[in-house]
Amino acid sequence: MSILIDKNTKVLTQGMTGKTGTFHTEQGIAYGTQMVGGITPGKGGTQWEGTLPDGSKVQRPLFNSVAEAKEKTGANATVIYVPPKFCAAAIEEAIDAEIPLIVTITEGVPVLDMVRVKDKLAKSKSRLIGPNCPGLLTPGQCKIGIMPGSIFSKGNIGVLSRSGTLTYEAVFQTTAEGLGQTTAVGIGGDPVKGTDFIDVLEMFLADDETKAIIMIGEIGGSGEEDAAQFLKDEARRGRKKPMVGFIAGRTAPKGRTMGHAGAIVSGGKGDAESKIAAMESAGIVVSPSPARLGTTMSEVLKR
Amino acid sequence: MNIHEHQAKEVLKSFGAPVALGVAITSVDQAQAAIDALPGPLWVVKSQIHAGGRGKGKFLEKEAGEKGGVRLGFSKEQALEHVKAMLGKTLVTAQTGAGGKQVNRIYIEDGADIEKELYLSLLVDRGTGKIAFVVSTEGGMDIEAVAHDTPDRIMTLPIEPSTGVTDTDASKLCDALKLSGEARTDMIGLSRILYKAFVEKDMAMLEINPLIVMKNGRVRVLDAKVSFDGNALFRHPDIQALRDKTEEDEKEIEASEWDLAYIALDGTIGCMVNGAGLAMATMDIIKLYGEEPANFCDVGGGAGKEKVAAAFKIIMKDPKVKGILVNIFGGIMKCDVIAEGVLAAVRETNLSVPLVVRLEGTNAELGKKIIKDSGLNVVPANDLDDAAQKIVAAVKGK
Repeated sequence: MSILIDKNTKVLTQGMTGKTGTFHTEQGIAYGTQMVGGITPGKGGTQWEGTLPDGSKVQRPLFNSVAEAKEKTGANATVIYVPPKFCAAAIEEAIDAEIPLIVTITEGVPVLDMVRVKDKLAKSKSRLIGPNCPGLLTPGQCKIGIMPGSIFSKGNIGVLSRSGTLTYEAVFQTTAEGLGQTTAVGIGGDPVKGTDFIDVLEMFLADDETKAIIMIGEIGGSGEEDAAQFLKDEARRGRKKPMVGFIAGRTAPKGRTMGHAGAIVSGGKGDAESKIAAMESAGIVVSPSPARLGTTMSEVLKR
Repeated sequence: MNIHEHQAKEVLKSFGAPVALGVAITSVDQAQAAIDALPGPLWVVKSQIHAGGRGKGKFLEKEAGEKGGVRLGFSKEQALEHVKAMLGKTLVTAQTGAGGKQVNRIYIEDGADIEKELYLSLLVDRGTGKIAFVVSTEGGMDIEAVAHDTPDRIMTLPIEPSTGVTDTDASKLCDALKLSGEARTDMIGLSRILYKAFVEKDMAMLEINPLIVMKNGRVRVLDAKVSFDGNALFRHPDIQALRDKTEEDEKEIEASEWDLAYIALDGTIGCMVNGAGLAMATMDIIKLYGEEPANFCDVGGGAGKEKVAAAFKIIMKDPKVKGILVNIFGGIMKCDVIAEGVLAAVRETNLSVPLVVRLEGTNAELGKKIIKDSGLNVVPANDLDDAAQKIVAAVKGK
């Protein structure tokens, strides 16, 4: 098994005809994902054309609206590459069309747009991953978003991260260790997002195939502390899996936003030390080095 | 994006918030007219820099006097003396760093008779994903100290996005601030004004410390610190116009023009990384091996050759840099493109410090080959650990 996505997931692309949307739709198809169509208002009824890495040409139908695309293709997921200005409207359209899984890659969505979206999401049937995230990938089955498929291998580690490129590190290192992944999920680095650590941890705990979990956090907010509390509560109920963690931003100065809108230490809250302490108290082995996530996991599994 | 106190008050005033009369000046010539325009008998002379703790700050220059960056003038003459003493001088506060910041503008404000000092701020609460008020009766002090020592005196109130500030919300705020009579009526109105301003102008933070109750029982915004969501500035040209570039690091301004996330730090190893998390992790691993990063630099997901070269040159402008570590894990980015950008910058800048490059992900092999074949003095690294050890060794060896 895997979480959230598998070989039966049918994916739409919002913003398919842009440069980024086109490139990653091609990559998704080449990986074997069921990319079933796209939405570009005004281009409905025409075909999107792409070129796969092996040079072969592919086509997919374009639609004017998400609702129409869902009806015609049977899609149960959508990935959004729409520019920040129009991104909230694109997410809202997907919520209105009752798409079960909405993955938003776009970076730079205004925070107050996300406050509005999150309110709408709470009253809906959809789950949102992101924004400002790399997406998710189940090896050999489905790739939604921008993660490089070549570094993945099928296995038993669930990977969960707030940072895109650190997700790649964890995947790359677990592949190198011969452990492989069930699913990797990037939840994104923004302060207001659709899915937090706890939601994904719950899914990994419930997934039989996932034997262990790597969780990567960073400074800012209290998502990691909340996740640690959740894991403690679940462990008391007898649900527990070996975990390795990492927190980025130990050396970041206070009061400065470190690239991600969410990565800031302010008011004495959200610093690396408090997150590491919380995670360790929940039984997570926190690696001091981002280069040793894979080897640390191998050691933990041998214990 | 940050703005000055006097600009923040202008913005809040335009929404109907009660602020004092005041005039901002940038030269001594403008000071007399500004002072004459205010009724007195008290003139508050306030340094305008993008940093907190101004009142408790100290000037580097002796002739600026012993007092802090906010001074009281009990006569027109005294107010003018304060302007002359502070303008153009360097103010050091808890938030400026040891170098301080030059005071290029001063705000002269009508004084108030203060009965009570309160604290109020608005921010986006990540836990709930809603805008929240944070209020306390302990105004005028360092709120972090209040949060630490007496957390029960701080109340956080998230607001439902679909309703805005309700009557119940406003009452809760007034109760927490222990307000009654006219002050309570003022605060009910003010809570809605501030929430509206926050939403309509896409603020990231709005802090009023202190919010005061005056001897006449009315409420007034005495200090105001506002920052805006950089991602929403596209829909606020009026706010963009308030940007004061003299308050920002020159390298950071150049970086922002290239859409690079760059923050100058105090160490010796320059970093160029893709992704904010990996960039922070790269800083952390440098520290783990005993050196300090000179900067945070995230070139983002889709950087091309020119952007990479620009980032490299900005990093090189920092005289503290004794070595550079390039760490790229290409998802969207192609490693061959990064390699070409780095090599172009190395050639253009006649690089004289050690450079370690680690490339992984899309087209990594091609990127490594381009670097190897260049004949330039670039040290390749196999992984992040290897890269960090190599650059630290190279810098320490010098």
